[in-house]
Amino acid sequence: MLTTFRIRRFNPEAESPQSYFQDYQLVTERSDTVLDALIRIRETVDESLTLRCSCRGAICGSCGMRINGHAALACKTKVASMVSSGETVHVEPMNNMPVIKDLVTDMAGFWEKIRQVQPWLQPTGPAPEGEYLAAPEAMNHLTGVMHCIMCGACVSDCAALEVSPNFVGPAALAKAYRFVADPRDGNSSSRLGELNNPGGMWDCTRCMECIEVCPKGVGAMDRIMTLRAKGIEHGVPSTSGSRHTEAFADIIEQKGRLDEPMLAVRTFGLTNLRQMLSFLPMIFRALPRGKLPRSGPLHRPIPGIDRIRRLFQRAKEPR
Amino acid sequence: MKYAFFPGCVSKGGCPELYQSVKQVYPRLGIELEEMTTASCTGAGVLQEKDLRLGDILNAHTLALAEEQGLPIMTICSTCQGVMSQANHRLTTEPGYLDDVNRVLAEEGLSYRGTTTVKHFVWILLEDVGEEKLRQAVKRPLTGLRAAPFYGCYIQRPSAALGFDEQPARAQSLETVITLLGAEVVDFPGKTRCCGMPLLTINEPGSLQMVAHHTSDAKEHGADVMVTPCPLCHLNLDGLQVKAAKHERREIDLPILHLPQLLGLAMGLEPWALGLKRNLVSTTPVLEKLGVA
Repeated sequence: MLTTFRIRRFNPEAESPQSYFQDYQLVTERSDTVLDALIRIRETVDESLTLRCSCRGAICGSCGMRINGHAALACKTKVASMVSSGETVHVEPMNNMPVIKDLVTDMAGFWEKIRQVQPWLQPTGPAPEGEYLAAPEAMNHLTGVMHCIMCGACVSDCAALEVSPNFVGPAALAKAYRFVADPRDGNSSSRLGELNNPGGMWDCTRCMECIEVCPKGVGAMDRIMTLRAKGIEHGVPSTSGSRHTEAFADIIEQKGRLDEPMLAVRTFGLTNLRQMLSFLPMIFRALPRGKLPRSGPLHRPIPGIDRIRRLFQRAKEPR
Repeated sequence: MKYAFFPGCVSKGGCPELYQSVKQVYPRLGIELEEMTTASCTGAGVLQEKDLRLGDILNAHTLALAEEQGLPIMTICSTCQGVMSQANHRLTTEPGYLDDVNRVLAEEGLSYRGTTTVKHFVWILLEDVGEEKLRQAVKRPLTGLRAAPFYGCYIQRPSAALGFDEQPARAQSLETVITLLGAEVVDFPGKTRCCGMPLLTINEPGSLQMVAHHTSDAKEHGADVMVTPCPLCHLNLDGLQVKAAKHERREIDLPILHLPQLLGLAMGLEPWALGLKRNLVSTTPVLEKLGVA
């Protein structure tokens, strides 16, 4: 089928370096991947087109790029799965990292953040004579996260990174989980303490972009949620993120449904009065419109709340 | 077309106009609802940060109640939809998990067999009400109105739990409904991105930046109005739009409508009946454009 590839180009050596789109038309086969097409464009149409690739089999993680607005491995994305005949495939470099040239991004920052979580085993106690052993069933839950090939797709599409560049990001947090949850690692508390800092595990906005775009099913956001649960379990110092979670759970246990004003007060706490007060203009606009939810004793629990409370209690019992 | 109706906390709290407007539109579409008064909050993905299994137990309880009634569940919140869909997906696909959760439910005399379907109102419009009936319900086509869709994360991702493989049209459901109502779809890159709501507690400037970015972007693409199936997105995009505009030092003023409010306008209902005066960003420009102000 005839396909148009609209590719974002950028040449840092141009007189006035600026990114722009360039269209290429190509006849593609049903079996062609986007990478096949890009290589053919480079070899037969425009040798200046720059991209990074190696294994062509979704193993090396080199050809991460945005295809029709979402990060993906070009070698794992069939052209026919993206468009019908005559339609246009948009190809752009990954987001949330600097572009070196055309579709090639600078991943130095990505690697720096991976190093930040100390991605190596840190056992405690005397070293065993042989290997550090772990039962296979104690490692099964880590196989998913070990599939990560460091392609950067999750980082590219991370919504939190767009507004908070110091966020350590989904790839590094998935890697952190890999060690926090490793039964042989002895440094979980300290790791969780580090991850509890600004830019760490509470900075994720739970948009699930990282789950959706991961070519290996790592499910980074699910791992981040488990890190948060482990952080609370380990008693890391409270943050507005952890207070929000704890208050949310308490309110549902008491009332079965959300008490929004109570949640806000318990999240921000009296220590952050300034932030609370900054919402006053919104509250004054909401009041006359009858939009301010009831709270405290005026906000009654749902009918059958006793059952919900019993479910909370039973969930805490050992299985 | 009868459903167990799960309104969600926010339609009974911070966004009462959503509850009000859905109550106006559903009987006119041949939908019957039985409200689930004893079902708890889904946990909204927040409670799940502390204890995923507890969240799944609460949602299994809700799913079992609907199963007992023999009814599918209707939601009006992307977040409720997504969280319940994910719980349902785990319960029905992870070996042994349903049995584990049922052991907890058993002491309440309940058991979940895994047969309940959970559908957002926007999916019900297209899959159950159907395009023809929806077209017939339109008494005041929204001709000339340029509407930007804004989905909310939980009704888009993870697609595997949301039934997108079986129902691929769900990914574009808002655009389809907007078109059927006679309005023009304004496509913009942020329509499936995060509204910033979950970030509000930990990074308020970042959250406000997202609000300002998406609403301004939609406006720059020519939108008169933005429409969302998620009241949590609405809280941020509508409720915090003035604060976001101030934070980013730009003017925005983009009305944000809940999907049933837009639908109600197309059905010829009165703006007051749809709670349009309750939205914090004035909806008057939308009404003027439609000639109903």
